[in-house]
Amino acid sequence: MGIQMKNTKKTLSSVNIFAKRFVSSIIAISSFLFAFNAYANFGLNTSNGYNMPRGVTEMSHQIYDLHMIIFYVCVAIGIGVFGVMGYSMYKHRKSKGSKAANFHENIKVEIIWTIIPLIILIIIAIPATKVLIEREDVSKADINIKVTGSQWKWRYEYMDSDAKGISFFSNLDKRSREQLQTSIDTGVSPSYENYLVNVDNRLIVPTGVKIRFLITASDVIHSWWVPDFGVKQDAIPGFVNATWAIIPPGKEGVYRGECAELCGKDHAYMPVVVEAVSQEEFTRWVGEFHNAKKDAQKNANKEWTEKDLMTAGEQAYGSYCAACHQATGKGIEGIFPSVVDSAMVIGDKKELAMQILNGKGAMSAFRDQLDDAQIAAVMQFLRNGFNKVGDITQPSEVKAWR
Amino acid sequence: MSTATATTHNDDAHHHGPEKGLMRWVRTTNHKDIGTLYLWFSFIMLLTGGAMAMMIRLELLAPGLQYVDPQFFNSLTTMHGLIMVFGAIMPAFVGLANWQVPMMIGAPDMALPRMNNWSFWILPFAATLLISSFFVEGGAPGSGWTMYAPLSTTYAPKSMDFVIFAIHLLGFSSIMGAINIIATITNMRAPGMRLMDMPLFVWTWLITAFLLIAVMPVLAGAVTMMLTDRNFGTSFFSAAGGGDPVMFQHIFWFFGHPEVYIMILPAFGIASQIIPTFARKPLFGYASMVYATASIAILSFVVWAHHMFLVGMPIEGQLYFMYATILISVPTGIKVFNWIATMWRGSMTFEAPMLWALSFVILFTVGGFTGLMLGVVPADIQYHDTYFVVAHFHYVLVTGALWAIIAGVYYWFPKWTGRMYDEKLAKIHFWWAVISVNVLFFPQHFLGLAGMPRRYADYSIQFTDFNVLSSIGGFAFGASFILYAYILIKGIVAGKKVEENAPWESATTLEWVIPTPAPYHSFETPPTQEQIDRASQHIHTH
Ligand SMILES: [Cu+2]
Repeated sequence: MGIQMKNTKKTLSSVNIFAKRFVSSIIAISSFLFAFNAYANFGLNTSNGYNMPRGVTEMSHQIYDLHMIIFYVCVAIGIGVFGVMGYSMYKHRKSKGSKAANFHENIKVEIIWTIIPLIILIIIAIPATKVLIEREDVSKADINIKVTGSQWKWRYEYMDSDAKGISFFSNLDKRSREQLQTSIDTGVSPSYENYLVNVDNRLIVPTGVKIRFLITASDVIHSWWVPDFGVKQDAIPGFVNATWAIIPPGKEGVYRGECAELCGKDHAYMPVVVEAVSQEEFTRWVGEFHNAKKDAQKNANKEWTEKDLMTAGEQAYGSYCAACHQATGKGIEGIFPSVVDSAMVIGDKKELAMQILNGKGAMSAFRDQLDDAQIAAVMQFLRNGFNKVGDITQPSEVKAWR
Repeated sequence: MSTATATTHNDDAHHHGPEKGLMRWVRTTNHKDIGTLYLWFSFIMLLTGGAMAMMIRLELLAPGLQYVDPQFFNSLTTMHGLIMVFGAIMPAFVGLANWQVPMMIGAPDMALPRMNNWSFWILPFAATLLISSFFVEGGAPGSGWTMYAPLSTTYAPKSMDFVIFAIHLLGFSSIMGAINIIATITNMRAPGMRLMDMPLFVWTWLITAFLLIAVMPVLAGAVTMMLTDRNFGTSFFSAAGGGDPVMFQHIFWFFGHPEVYIMILPAFGIASQIIPTFARKPLFGYASMVYATASIAILSFVVWAHHMFLVGMPIEGQLYFMYATILISVPTGIKVFNWIATMWRGSMTFEAPMLWALSFVILFTVGGFTGLMLGVVPADIQYHDTYFVVAHFHYVLVTGALWAIIAGVYYWFPKWTGRMYDEKLAKIHFWWAVISVNVLFFPQHFLGLAGMPRRYADYSIQFTDFNVLSSIGGFAFGASFILYAYILIKGIVAGKKVEENAPWESATTLEWVIPTPAPYHSFETPPTQEQIDRASQHIHTH
């Protein structure tokens, strides 16, 4: 089974590496012994670390209350049932001289212990039904945001009025990636407080309005989850699910969540980060976004130097390609093809560009994720970083093929 | 008789005892031999799946990736699930049924002994096929034991086809086993034994066998559609081709939900045999236990979509599945109340089987509570696909199903081997396991509530504490199986000889009226009406 154990091409013997890792794990254990729960105000969500977060929306409060009601109902039943059982185990033991009675079957008792649980269930079901019906009412939304899951990032598209046309991808942030790589190379576990719960581009939403999330996926099933909003919904390729949230004014802030449905290798590496801002702030952000977009278009038309392309390409490869094709470019045998010495990569430029733009098989289309400059840069890096083709690809060429 | 006890299994070798040598096990049609094969097979699978669990817990000892890459991590969780469900728990219960059902109904053997041989011998091949997927280019599938499309179709490595065929084989084996059990129970009961005279273990297995026959073909259908989607261009589960990935989940869970009861109903049966024995008191409500089992089995067919509340079902569907799901806690509660009423004013002793059975009742109930919580849809929005779910189903499957299996093995050990296990070691084993398993799984409730999704190879640092705790518990629990294996082997080889037919003084069922160790053929002459009546006295005396 060792065939897939990660080997870090280092000269260290595997025993040595194992020992090192184990030591770092021991460090994790002692940190646990000494600093039990020191993380209160940052990190994933507003949970106290061992219970469901109460969250910030009306819906998340109702869910939390329902959760606590059922929890206490279970605790009460548990105390009753385990109490009787414990008493019996203590009292009715042979060593205490207990003589076995011979009673059995008592219709009255049996009816009672059927009816009482039934009544408890009805008491739970009533508020649950109420909350559920409310959650399913996705009508009368003020703004609509399309959320698309793909391996392993989220895409956000704004569908209404001024914000219409805003669309971007949200990837795991750079610092998390660096710390992840460090842990792979040296075994030192990450210490960054927002490790795996931070992204490069946050979803920005206004407070005080009903936001409808239209959730879908482009490849496999994902699940978009923000615990503090009480929002979790499967993202299913070919289907659009709707859910909603109203973040009350005054609750501006950063809310963190994660992908909740197994979606392949990097399932743990596609966090959800939402920043709730005031209405005015949101309007300003929308304006800025449109301006920045215009600048980027200018960028695509200029002539790039080889060096700039390589630098930008290496960076874009790291964020968009390395999850599958790996930092080494060698991919994973049988799942993700190598880009080193690949006929596809070193062959016709246009064909390579078309595959990046349109995707192929399990590889997703990057048409919307990367602009012309980024695609040209990635191609430059693929052909002249991993391989030695000795040519240059300009953004203007990609623009023409697109 | 003195010569008979000297040669453990060969006491009636003078006419038709077991064959000599290895071929005995290959060609055997004897229910006890096959039961033994099933039990050892499931134990090996338990250790294999357990080793994978240890690797999972090792990687989760610290945030970051220290030991495995995430693709391999996903393969581990997938294979751990498949091996434990299809390789460990289910075959262990079939093994127990093979040993116990004929003895408990006063029959000489299973009704279809050759098919019995075949249904076992398919298993090692299926397991080999399953595990060999690790060595296929691309590694073992990483789409979880639930194999949701399209991650398991378009996006899975070639080895998924190995897993699909392994599941087909496992399905054949299960269906044949189930047919055999139904045929045995309906046709081979001792003359004079009515259905309502049967011990509860037999009853629960009869109902389980019907569940198996009903749902294994459904699973076979689901994986066959996967196979054609993957290899022959169909689009059952691909929206791009007009199919529906959610349909896979509906079909899978139409199998999967009854499947979880397949793994727990026989456990109910075992607890219902052990608790009266050690409480020295008849089972409180025999008939209501039978009816509760049957109602759970019927309800299990109509609640499947509670595994998929977040796929975007219509509100009516969500409400219906919520009501139906929480309704199951009524018959389940009836069972728990019955066990407690059985203990009440009994004369209890706490030998190993009883310890395992009582902790089964308590810990299974904990899993039942979280099951009720998960059934409430709005709360499930937050619980769904988190470690809360992982904690829930490990409480019902490890401290539920596996606990009952271990309880049953200790309980019937003297009857099978003619020797007694080491009671002191068995008590140490119990306390070691029961403490470590809670250290392992209880913190996972907190992890899930605080927001850690399941099937994560890596996590953000605020989850470190509980993961470390859980891993420590996991390693300790894993180690308890070394002790368990030692106790079993020591007991078989050098345990104290048991002479009496019924080493547990108040055990009444029919397996305890034949000699110990049980002769190669259980009842060559059927038990007398008097024996049958005494065996089922807990049902009829007033
Ligand atoms: Cu995902």
